[in-house]
Amino acid sequence: MAFGLSGEDRKDMGNQRDKPAPPAAIDITGVIAALRRILPREGLLLGDEEGRPYECDGLTAYRQLPLLVALPESEDQVVAVLRFCSEAKLPIVIRGAGTGLSGGATPVANGIVLSLAKFMRILEVDPLARTARVQPGVRNIAISEAAAGHGLYYAPDPSSQIACTIGGNIAENSGGVHCLKYGLTVHNVLRLRLALIDGEVIEIGGAALDSPGYDLLALLIGSEGMLGVVLEATVKLTPKPQLAQVVMASFADVVSAGNAVARIIAAGIIPAGLEMMDKAATAAVEDFVHAGYDLNAAAILLAESDGTPEEVAEEISAMRAVLEVSGATDIRVSTDEAERLRFWAGRKAAFPAVGRITPDYLCMDGTIPRKRVAEMLTRISELSDDYALRCANVFHAGDGNLHPLIMFDANVPGELDRATSFGAGILELSVEMGGTITGEHGVGIEKVKQMCVQFSAAELSQFHAVKAAFDPHALLNPGKAVPTPRRCSEYRLTGTPRAAP
Amino acid sequence: MSEIIAEFAGRIRHAEATKTPLRLSGGGSKDFYGGPLCGEMLDTRPYAGIVSYDATELVVTARCGTPLQQIEAALAAQGQMLAFEPPHFGAGATLGGAIAAGLSGPRRAAAGAARDFVLGVKLMDGRGEVMNFGGQVMKNVAGFDVSRLMVGALGTLGLLLEVSLKVLPRPAAEATLRLEAPQGRALDLMNGWAGRPLPISATCWEAGDDGEILTLRLSGAHAAVASACGLIGGERVADAEAFWHALREQRAAFFTGDMSLWRLSLPSVAPPLDLPGAQLIEWGGSQRWLNSGAPAEIVRSAAAKSGGHATLFRGRIEARGAGAFQDLPAPLMALQKKLKLAFDPAGILNPGRMNREF
Ligand SMILES: Cc1cc2nc3c(=O)[nH]c(=O)nc-3n(C[C@H](O)[C@H](O)[C@H](O)COP(=O)(O)OP(=O)(O)OC[C@H]3O[C@@H](n4cnc5c(N)ncnc54)[C@H](O)[C@@H]3O)c2cc1C
Repeated sequence: MAFGLSGEDRKDMGNQRDKPAPPAAIDITGVIAALRRILPREGLLLGDEEGRPYECDGLTAYRQLPLLVALPESEDQVVAVLRFCSEAKLPIVIRGAGTGLSGGATPVANGIVLSLAKFMRILEVDPLARTARVQPGVRNIAISEAAAGHGLYYAPDPSSQIACTIGGNIAENSGGVHCLKYGLTVHNVLRLRLALIDGEVIEIGGAALDSPGYDLLALLIGSEGMLGVVLEATVKLTPKPQLAQVVMASFADVVSAGNAVARIIAAGIIPAGLEMMDKAATAAVEDFVHAGYDLNAAAILLAESDGTPEEVAEEISAMRAVLEVSGATDIRVSTDEAERLRFWAGRKAAFPAVGRITPDYLCMDGTIPRKRVAEMLTRISELSDDYALRCANVFHAGDGNLHPLIMFDANVPGELDRATSFGAGILELSVEMGGTITGEHGVGIEKVKQMCVQFSAAELSQFHAVKAAFDPHALLNPGKAVPTPRRCSEYRLTGTPRAAP
Repeated sequence: MSEIIAEFAGRIRHAEATKTPLRLSGGGSKDFYGGPLCGEMLDTRPYAGIVSYDATELVVTARCGTPLQQIEAALAAQGQMLAFEPPHFGAGATLGGAIAAGLSGPRRAAAGAARDFVLGVKLMDGRGEVMNFGGQVMKNVAGFDVSRLMVGALGTLGLLLEVSLKVLPRPAAEATLRLEAPQGRALDLMNGWAGRPLPISATCWEAGDDGEILTLRLSGAHAAVASACGLIGGERVADAEAFWHALREQRAAFFTGDMSLWRLSLPSVAPPLDLPGAQLIEWGGSQRWLNSGAPAEIVRSAAAKSGGHATLFRGRIEARGAGAFQDLPAPLMALQKKLKLAFDPAGILNPGRMNREF
């Protein structure tokens, strides 16, 4: 059985919202019959109604119904689905919890969604080795909960951690507010069990700290569901610090807040977390979570210190000194665990909080050198005026990773396009400032065009060559993450509107 | 500098066209490591110098031929360091060689490996094409992580032209302690401590003339180091810097043996290995050095049984036939070969250095 995939459909999967139904060449009844033989009855979701919950991920502005959704519950079933699709040349979009913000899990019209939602088991927690072996559908926070009794936790803590899966974290190389000190997903995963597109299952990495051959573990982490299906992972667990305290500092202008970040690092301090929110963000959050933020501040910084009580006291006083000379107008230190968690709860709820005050928002994810944070904030506010769209800023400031949240209403004609252009402007500025279009959310469909700005044709074709080594027919997440040269030349010709439309 | 790049590109294109292997070489300090050397020498040292270093960004970018010493000195002047403590194995060690070899020193288990600190690379592939991957910022997920793929690839996927590394502040305080412990007990101690929030930054266990000794280094804030010293006990080592340096550079007595030197990379909790020869343990139990005349199959199967692998680090002639690295399962091997071809279609870059088949 073979399913035609015309060149036309291949080309522009990045923006399928307005695209017509799947190509006629797909023998959908044949596909269903074949998958029925592989999957249990409830493991196959068909039709618009059943497919609806899968039509988008966290990038809700883009929606596309898949041909169908497969929900395997065993490794054998995953392998059989892959074999079938591989033979039938049927595209696959792998899906975890669907919290991704770049459209990595957005379905493609002529393909299936392969959901790992049923792979929810924590297979082993080894307190002595400080590792956990988990299935891909396990939620991020569930790992820390399972390890808590041993005084251990899984360090990368994306704000979506109550919902997102470790499989999705691995695919995106997700970060969190504590990554400055404890690293990203790539620093905390030891081993993957991976199914390749042809159904072959391989082990990458292991229980040791390294393995022979090329570092495929590093290559796989952050590969956006383009190279294989993660079936299992062994992750590192970190001992819980004895104590953690967070300092909250207010600033009368964003520039001083940005400069304070650079000064803290310059003082030789690596805080456990170093986050920044501007006034628009704190206002939205305060209404929602009542975290106790200073609503008069133009920006606040949250800086965490962890370790032994003596160590924390030493570091907090060092940070306080830096914040004072950097012009902080108010400094508060969490007095107990409840207060510390409340300060963080506000930061972690920033996206949904902004979601409450606007019909729609786009979350950007550029990373820039720390020293340019203040300058970037100024440029963003100019763009905000130009496009007449509000923007709240939430930053992993210590890493220079910015999350401007562009607010818009998709029901107002032209606003989505304006928001998209505003976002593109920010991403291109990130590249211009020596940074990147994405620090942790991935390229997906959202930033595929800006890849043309960040990478040369040779670099892009090198990415395609890497992809082809794993997935020669480009069946996994087709059209995502890496643009074709043709899309880039089109993009370069049209460009992005920088000025207000 | 652009003339040097042009010259490199010319050499690589010519090698590609004529299918003549090239041997990429920096200071040659790690010539002993990996498979046999083959091909015409391409000396990376002319392409040298620190491109940028801004202490507040915690990032240094330097050209491949830059001496590692020069980079470390520049960082030290700002109170910073390469936290993975790369072994030099010779005064001429270059940055490119250190990253291509991908080796890490005593701090590895605590701080991370070379690959964990690589933020970006500029490389020249097997077609002479110059490409940039990653960058100079802390977080970057645009495109596949080609920069980390280069670490430990021994130059077989491309000539590293420039590397950007994350650097860290030097710890405010350090202390080294030693205590007596037989191997099994030392492994239990190291794993137990690693599960608690203690600032242990390096460990070394060895059975020497003065008994079975576990040496460990603590690094961090003054208060944290002091309280951990109290908790762990043992006696303070006076000339600690020299001790860890000799260990990193393999100048300690253990490494002067005349048998083959094996590096076993194991789960930290793997019980003591029953293999002939002497052992030295680092990285909290994860890295075990073995000085032994045992046949390769014995060493490799013991490592595999423990959940790890064995590298013939410095081999005696009779062990050389074994290949430097443990063999890969067939499907993994096939994948690695495809990747090699994706970067170096003519197979001219350091052939055989990483893998016997390519
Ligand atoms: C409110 C909110 C806050 C967020 N905060 C953060 C944050 O702080 N830091 C951060 O980094 N991200 C954050 N995110 C983004 C998102 O949560 C992460 O990218 C997360 O890792 C996605 O996980 P998921 O399970 O939802 O994956 P999905 O969205 O389902 O999928 C993401 C990608 O992973 C692939 N994938 C999923 N499972 C597998 C598998 N088993 N094998 C191979 N590929 C797979 C998919 O194909 C897709 O490309 C946030 C999102 C929201 C909505």
